[in-house]
Amino acid sequence: MSRQANRGTESKKMSSELFTLTYGALVTQLCKDYENDEDVNKQLDKILCSHFLPRGYNIGVRLIEDFLARSNVGKCHDFRETADVIAKVAFKMYLGITPSITNWSPAGDEFSLILENNPLVDFVELPDNHSSLIYSNLLCGVLRGALEMVQMAVEAKFVQDTLKGDGVTEIRMRFIRRIEDNLPVGEE
Amino acid sequence: MVDAVLFELLHTEMVAELWAPDSDLDPGPGVSAGRGGRGQRTSLQVLEGVGFRVGQALGERLPREMLAFREELDVLKFLCKDLWGAVFQKQMDSLRTNHQGTYILQDSSFPLLVHVGSGLQYLEEAPKFLAFTCGLLRGTLSTLGIKSLVSASVAALPACKFQVVIERS
Repeated sequence: MSRQANRGTESKKMSSELFTLTYGALVTQLCKDYENDEDVNKQLDKILCSHFLPRGYNIGVRLIEDFLARSNVGKCHDFRETADVIAKVAFKMYLGITPSITNWSPAGDEFSLILENNPLVDFVELPDNHSSLIYSNLLCGVLRGALEMVQMAVEAKFVQDTLKGDGVTEIRMRFIRRIEDNLPVGEE
Repeated sequence: MVDAVLFELLHTEMVAELWAPDSDLDPGPGVSAGRGGRGQRTSLQVLEGVGFRVGQALGERLPREMLAFREELDVLKFLCKDLWGAVFQKQMDSLRTNHQGTYILQDSSFPLLVHVGSGLQYLEEAPKFLAFTCGLLRGTLSTLGIKSLVSASVAALPACKFQVVIERS
């Protein structure tokens, strides 16, 4: 009886860990790919960042479809509603956590998401010498890609990171503009 | 709890990332352009290796009592039910064996192939979407003290077969 119950819990745990373990293994592999290349090594963080932002973007672009299909969330009328949906619905649905929303700019076009820790790296060991920036970029890319598909051009960046020794993880979201014609940002 | 769809989306990006030759790297003459850490390994082997590490890590995190299997067939059933359930939210459709260390695991609708296409059209793309999972199976088995060779074949997407050959010492 209890063995059955254990299996269910363990299955859920495995499922939950799979994403972060895979992400960690991917980063490790990329670090290895470039470790013998001396010139590249100095720029490794920058190169890996530049890889993860577009990868995250691609994930976000597809994730939004899944989100809209499963969440029944209506159109957001302003950035404040968007912030609520991101923190209370999206983060909860996909990462099982609800960041708090703080530090609104006076113009209402910037806010911070505060997470108690970096959800992507709960128990993953960072390869030596490489900053957590690599990990952060995937999540920022996801946010940017997803919001672009609902006609919002935003900037997302980590301003504090528990991996770097900060007390919390803070993502700063900035509204750039509404995208009018379903064209990617930058093409007008 | 991380939602399962994130893994699937990450897997797609991972295949693209580890597969594409790095054309934007140009460190200059006389220096090998990136990917030097791979040695002679192919992209498929690299993907399999990443899956192997993840499978090992997953296996290591399971409680010991859950892994007290009485016989080899129980281990394979665990892969087909529990591992597949955890990773793909479904069970393997069938498990066959010759009772001499070879097992065929069949999935009639493998989730990582579903978005690639159906039928015969993208058959040659299939291996890159199977390599990680082969490694995952091999890695989990290795934590259970079992050395194996895992390969996959596709006759028509999205159905596929995984072949597990246990290496006896």
